[in-house]
Amino acid sequence: MSVLIVAETQNNAIRSASNEAVYFGKKVAESLGVACSALIIGDADGGESLGTYGADKVLKVNTGGKGFDSQAHTQIIKQVAAQESASVIILMHSSAGKSLAGRIAIATDAGLVSGATALPSIEGSTMIVPKTVFSGKAIANYELTGDMKVITVMGNSLKPEAIGSAASVTEVSVDLPAFRTEVLGVKTQSGTVPLPEAELVVSAGRGMKGPENWGIIEELASELHATTACSRPVADIGWRPHHEHVGQTGVAIRPNLYIAIGISGAIQHLAGVNNSKVIVVINKDPEAPFFKAADYGICADLFDVVPKLTAALQKAK
Amino acid sequence: MKLLVCISKTPDTTAKISFKDDNTQFNGDGVNFILNPYDEWYALVRAIELKEQKGGTVTVVNVGDSSNDIIIRKALAIGADEAVRIDQLPNSSMDTAKQIANYAKSEAFDIIFLGKETIDYNGAEVGAMLSELLDLPYVSFASNMDSSADHFVLTRDIEGGVEEIKLNAPFVVSAAKGMAEQRIPNMRGIMMAKRKPLNVVAGIETSSRASVKSFTLPAEKGGVKMIDPDNMDELVRLLKEEAKVL
Ligand SMILES: Cc1cc2nc3c(=O)[nH]c(=O)nc-3n(C[C@H](O)[C@H](O)[C@H](O)COP(=O)(O)OP(=O)(O)OC[C@H]3O[C@@H](n4cnc5c(N)ncnc54)[C@H](O)[C@@H]3O)c2cc1C
Ligand SMILES: Nc1ncnc2c1ncn2[C@@H]1O[C@H](COP(=O)(O)O)[C@@H](O)[C@H]1O
Repeated sequence: MSVLIVAETQNNAIRSASNEAVYFGKKVAESLGVACSALIIGDADGGESLGTYGADKVLKVNTGGKGFDSQAHTQIIKQVAAQESASVIILMHSSAGKSLAGRIAIATDAGLVSGATALPSIEGSTMIVPKTVFSGKAIANYELTGDMKVITVMGNSLKPEAIGSAASVTEVSVDLPAFRTEVLGVKTQSGTVPLPEAELVVSAGRGMKGPENWGIIEELASELHATTACSRPVADIGWRPHHEHVGQTGVAIRPNLYIAIGISGAIQHLAGVNNSKVIVVINKDPEAPFFKAADYGICADLFDVVPKLTAALQKAK
Repeated sequence: MKLLVCISKTPDTTAKISFKDDNTQFNGDGVNFILNPYDEWYALVRAIELKEQKGGTVTVVNVGDSSNDIIIRKALAIGADEAVRIDQLPNSSMDTAKQIANYAKSEAFDIIFLGKETIDYNGAEVGAMLSELLDLPYVSFASNMDSSADHFVLTRDIEGGVEEIKLNAPFVVSAAKGMAEQRIPNMRGIMMAKRKPLNVVAGIETSSRASVKSFTLPAEKGGVKMIDPDNMDELVRLLKEEAKVL
């Protein structure tokens, strides 16, 4: 038996989000008393570092430069899982992870929990895995039975720690399946941590009055090395890019710190952010519903208080 | 083109969530159910647009009991041509996917549309499972579909950006914001929907290795601590020392 972790790559590098999946996989492997291996599909460098977060082995399958294809990658993962006698497969609850997990569950006749928010508790051959449901309003405890289990891990569920040392990367050979889709291009912003993985998020809404006022938000975010987000109307009217929109219809996030500025806190907005560990709300309306979901609140004009917060952070360095 | 759209029913976001039978079952009493927004606004409308462009039919499929007929009629009112309800209360995503696959395998659909996820279980599982069961390519979280050529170019949301993918039908796609603009059913659509076929078919026996054992409600917030706007040093201190997030 072993645990197989699927690492993710982007622009020929390992995505840092993979560290959390590896660490989660290592913890599961420890409870089962088995080894764990991390799998890289494609041409990325830097796989050695996955050893640091707990991978006993790092395996690599070369696909000849082909991009992500859920169908082909599923066939590759299935073959490697068989070679490694894996009984648990761990992925991130990411765009790629979600596209693969259901396929792998069918291909390997496994039970699947997607979006686990904590380590499973293991009772014999069953596992109980918690995940949030109803847009963060409840937690469901799933029971997984059977010989094969697939889990995707929600970002920021546990903090990966450096517990091992760099591992060497071994190329493994599999029968390469056909790729029936072709990736024409990948466009990502560079420099900032993508929202689903960000630990610190500064978010603003319609209280900003207009896109020209976002300078104070960007200054605060850059002071914190935080990622910026926004409410839906702000993305809809084009003040901010669509990928920044958080909430029920946008991205769901669970950072350590979420600072909401000039956002009323409508239920659909909260649905995407209410699992943040700490929420700070800045709003001039004392009745704003967001205060009920907040840990710290500041009832004031944002144009006045946001620069003050940035200055206080600078001073505290 | 022969198009299929998978539609599901979910509690309205504003619904109060509670559980019964010793916290093992969702309590649907008094809850307002809606057509899952991703299915309605994006998957269904994009399928209808594609039919308007290239001709063909749009079929909607739902796995569930007759209480789902309301949301199915709504999909017909928005513009689907016909509906199929697989008369089975699904016990898991795997069950749902297997029921739909069993129906779709003999129908040779060109494209199968789903929503990005259901807003109750937030799993985004059914699409991937269905694709594997039908041995089809799957593009998840598509925010744009260029259908101007014989092949398709889909834009798919990834962390912090997008990926562009070229492929040929048949395939399965899950739709995110951006795929289409919401359409409100009009009076004519609602009248016509009453005459469109809603075929009820029997489900099959399936097995699944994942099931919900119990639900818990998240810990209540301890109440908000209000900070003096003129004392941001205090907020910074609390974030460092009390909350320990900086
Ligand atoms: C089905 C559905 C899905 C939805 N999905 C989402 C979603 O995913 N994400 C989302 O965000 N919304 C979503 N919405 C919209 C949501 O209901 C709200 O309309 C939206 O979140 C409001 O955005 P806002 O808080 O930026 O704007 P507003 O509600 O207009 O709030 C602005 C806030 O700024 C405050 N403010 C104004 N000026 C100042 C100032 N100078 N200083 C300090 N505070 C100030 C005001 O007091 C107010 O609270 C959805 C709605 C529906 C119906
Ligand atoms: N009971 C159902 N009947 C038909 N389609 C469904 C059903 N449940 C989910 N789906 C489809 O699968 C998508 C993803 O659902 P989920 O995997 O639950 O997040 C939804 O957006 C629907 O398109």
